Amino acid sequence: MMTDLAIPAAAQPARKARAASRDPEAVGRRSLWNMLFVAPFLLVFAALVLLPVALGAWLSFQDYDMLSGYHGAVGWKNYVELWNDRIFIRSVRNTVWFVCLTTPAFVIVGLFLALALNNAWRTSAVLRSVFFGSSILSVTIVTLIWRLVYMQDRGLIANLLAPLGIPAPAFITSEALALPGIAIVTGWWIIGLPMMLFLAALQQIPRELYEAAALDNAARWRTLVSVTLPAIRRTIVLVAVLEVVLQFQLFGQAHLITGGGPNNASRPIVMFIYEAGFRDWALGYAAAASQVLFVLMMGAALLQMWLGRTKAEG
Amino acid sequence: MAGIELQRVSKRFGQVDAVSDLSLAIGSGEFAVFLGPSGCGKTTLLRMIAGLEDVTEGEIHIGGERVDQLAPGQRGVAMVFQHYALYPHMSVHDNMAFGLKNIGVPRDEIARKVADAARMLEIEPLLQRKPTQLSGGQKQRVAIGRAIVKEPKAFLFDEPLSNLDAALRSRTRIELARLHQQVKSTMVFVTHDQVEAMTLATRIVVMNKGKIEQVGSPMDVYRRPATKFVATFVGTPAMNVLPGELAVGSGGMAAVTLRDGSRIETAVPAAALKGPKEIEVGIRAEHVGGTGAIRAKVEVVERLGDRSLVYGRLGDGAVVTFEEAGDVALAIGDAVTLSFDPAQIHLFDAQGRAHHAT
Repeated sequence: MMTDLAIPAAAQPARKARAASRDPEAVGRRSLWNMLFVAPFLLVFAALVLLPVALGAWLSFQDYDMLSGYHGAVGWKNYVELWNDRIFIRSVRNTVWFVCLTTPAFVIVGLFLALALNNAWRTSAVLRSVFFGSSILSVTIVTLIWRLVYMQDRGLIANLLAPLGIPAPAFITSEALALPGIAIVTGWWIIGLPMMLFLAALQQIPRELYEAAALDNAARWRTLVSVTLPAIRRTIVLVAVLEVVLQFQLFGQAHLITGGGPNNASRPIVMFIYEAGFRDWALGYAAAASQVLFVLMMGAALLQMWLGRTKAEG
Repeated sequence: MAGIELQRVSKRFGQVDAVSDLSLAIGSGEFAVFLGPSGCGKTTLLRMIAGLEDVTEGEIHIGGERVDQLAPGQRGVAMVFQHYALYPHMSVHDNMAFGLKNIGVPRDEIARKVADAARMLEIEPLLQRKPTQLSGGQKQRVAIGRAIVKEPKAFLFDEPLSNLDAALRSRTRIELARLHQQVKSTMVFVTHDQVEAMTLATRIVVMNKGKIEQVGSPMDVYRRPATKFVATFVGTPAMNVLPGELAVGSGGMAAVTLRDGSRIETAVPAAALKGPKEIEVGIRAEHVGGTGAIRAKVEVVERLGDRSLVYGRLGDGAVVTFEEAGDVALAIGDAVTLSFDPAQIHLFDAQGRAHHAT
């Protein structure tokens, strides 16, 4: 007897759909439709990110002086000039030093605050809000407050140290202290974000791990090193990379507190770019400086990520 | 190896009494199982022994030493957690060695202890793996290994089998029983699964609402439940409990008239039953016979292969579960008559206390 292999009518649409899904033309049509959903994002991304990045790179090889006009391509001339520009080299050194001052501080202090405030006490909840509160202030307000704190004769620090007979440190006027002074302001301003990121990471660690460690006789330091830090390693790398990228872009604080001085001691790269581009109108030169900053940021971020990964594998 | 003694222990969370005024002695080398429904306080009690919860009132002694003021690590106990709690970034070897390193055990002794435990648990090939590379059953073995290497005075298990599938759970149960035979340590095991309790325990502690309902050997708890709660919580299917009225039986024994009018003779001495006439009759499914004076109508037949569980409805609406042969020819709607074995009947008074046949 022959076996009846007829497909029930109800099963046919599903079968057709399966056949269509293997048809290359149908797959192509579907991909086009899917592309439409991401098109708005791609357009905005291309217009606001890709195009400016490409234009910036192109501009860095041009002699484009907004005062005297466009003089065409100049090859590596802008970069050679930057290499010989003592103010630019100083601004690179300043920026790298500032990143070295702030990034470890953000990681260590942020983690310390998160560890101290990672509990359900009411005081901790208030302190979490207090530490995060300063992050919502604008750079103008923050620098205004800190100028009052740093004022040499009548500032808060001067008033606190006066009874002890100690002169207030000259954070605004000393070459050695200008950048550390700005680092302190920056730390006070945005320590809330790393703290919150660390708090979120700490709260993801299962309580049972700490209980197991307690039963394993692990002291506090041992628990921190062997349980907590490995568990939040990814967040530590994230905070470090975020802060490196953010702090390389130092501008507002330096511009408003010291104006880059004294004697360029606190002039960061972004301020140099701003002045070259919008004070001296040398757009090609400013664009070349921007490319240097981009490479520095990219290099530092990649190094951080590589270090984080190497440590994890080790 | 050491016994554990709890003296009038209480634990309060705010206004809630998780454990109230509980006293218990667990003998050295005993396998005690805390059994009870969710929220009965069994895990809290275990955590208090471990030192992971403070004791609100009372004292805990392990091996004769008072420990309720000591840190968890100083109590000489090891715990196997429900979710294993293995350190995710450490290898299996390091997980097992961590506790020993912390108390300054020499390196070669750590290596020997870890190797011995790994051999016993057959996890030697896994020693260099990370917990994420292990299956649930393997993680469980590592967690047990981590406890074994410490050679603790007592092992504490917090529902360690609840994350395993049925087959693995059954196998691990047997392995735990074997482990107890091998190490002969005191073990305290928390579970809400009565099969685990019945198969592993030398003594079961049945808990309900923060109090102990009964402490006894598995068969003692099954055959002579101290309360109605124990009777209905232990055993599958749950014991039948039918309301009725106390009557005078023959030979000084109690008789009960059920709500459907049928009269049941028991072997429970009437002298022990004082107070109101309202009483409840408890009988397990395997002690309900297929012929008798109690009329019922079959509602459901569950065929389990070796036996069938039949659910019959009495005239007053009460349901009685009884056991029949696997291939019994009963169908839904069939009328049956049932009898209760008088020697296996339990009577529960208004306070839920059980009275058994002599």
